[in-house]
Amino acid sequence: MALTFAAGNKVFYDKQAVKQVDVPSFSGAFGILPKHVPTLAVLRPGVVTVLENDGKQNKIFVSSGTITVNDDSSVQVLAEEAHPLENLDRAAAQEALSKAQSEFNSAANEKAKAEAAIAVEVAEEIVKAASA
Amino acid sequence: MLGRVAPGVCAQVTMVVNHQQNRNMATLKSISLRLKSVKNIQKITQSMKMVSAAKYTRAERDLKAARPYGEGSVIFYDRAEVTPPEDDPKQLYIAMTSDRGLCGAVHTSVSKVIRNKLQEPGADNIKVICVGDKSRSFLQRLYGKHIISVCNEIGRLPPTFKDAATIANAILTSGYEFGSGKIVYNKFRSVVSYEQSDLPLFSLKSIESAPKLATYDSLDSDVMQSYMEFSLSSMIFYALKEGACSEQSARMTSMDNASKNAGEMIDKLTLTFNRTRQAVITRELIEIISGAAALE
Repeated sequence: MALTFAAGNKVFYDKQAVKQVDVPSFSGAFGILPKHVPTLAVLRPGVVTVLENDGKQNKIFVSSGTITVNDDSSVQVLAEEAHPLENLDRAAAQEALSKAQSEFNSAANEKAKAEAAIAVEVAEEIVKAASA
Repeated sequence: MLGRVAPGVCAQVTMVVNHQQNRNMATLKSISLRLKSVKNIQKITQSMKMVSAAKYTRAERDLKAARPYGEGSVIFYDRAEVTPPEDDPKQLYIAMTSDRGLCGAVHTSVSKVIRNKLQEPGADNIKVICVGDKSRSFLQRLYGKHIISVCNEIGRLPPTFKDAATIANAILTSGYEFGSGKIVYNKFRSVVSYEQSDLPLFSLKSIESAPKLATYDSLDSDVMQSYMEFSLSSMIFYALKEGACSEQSARMTSMDNASKNAGEMIDKLTLTFNRTRQAVITRELIEIISGAAALE
């Protein structure tokens, strides 16, 4: 199956054949194998695991975005921002998390609160991914 | 601004030259002034070319990364065979330009595509969002009532996803319920060429009525809504990147041309300047000699 995995900052796969992709989505994490039923989903912060044809596993952290599985078995994973797991810094993530939490607690209105909640969620997932 | 000044300079220079040929007057000072100003203009255009060359390399590198991203975001609309609804004539056009000129026809060509659309019958249902000041200044006077919003501060820095998200948010919160639409932008082909292209925009309703949507599994309206919003911003992001790259490459070419033209002008002016200088010396000599001859 042809995987296109791109983010605003980088392209990871461009129509490259892979064995399997595991993605975290708002309707639950799921794995995509060739001939998966066509579907649309929205990415939630977490780790996307790509199993390449030679058996190599590639773990990439994504913040948000979309997943499209088409009827020709091509898969598009488009993320707002994505980074390989080894590039994540646990200490920095921890710092970002506490900053986001304090922002969440001091948020004045609904909008700021929602924004801070998203930041907390992303930071939590980064910490989780970096310490795994 | 320079673009507007340059033709004026040109006209005046030919005037000076003609003046010279008609009466051999000593306009040495005016020629040297003119020469100086053209030299300064050339310096400016040359450095602008250098700057845009540097910006262009970066924009092209960014664009390479954004291409699969942009292509990926439209594949779904292709595969699901989404078509604009026939019963909803409301259309939205997004003009992808920037704030800065002096880059050939990149902005005018995008604006022209939209102007031609607005001249067709049934244009009352078309609304336009201008990204960048240039498309606004082009469309505002005649088609001001079609413009629903304008985005500034585009083109100074390389576009980011956040810019795209802000624009997408402005579109979604504008309150205009469009049935379909297009993002009109310049697609970068090579350093010397770009072409106008467009990306489709669809409303949630038209996606839901797409014939092949039924083959897609486990869709609910929440997912569709978020999916659409995100894909709108990724398409805008892609169009911004393409536009920025085309703009920089076009600016590079046009500034190169401007420097060349200025160079030609400088050559001509130097020649006239030297000729006039000679003429002035000769005339002064004649005056002295004839003065001396008259005394004898």
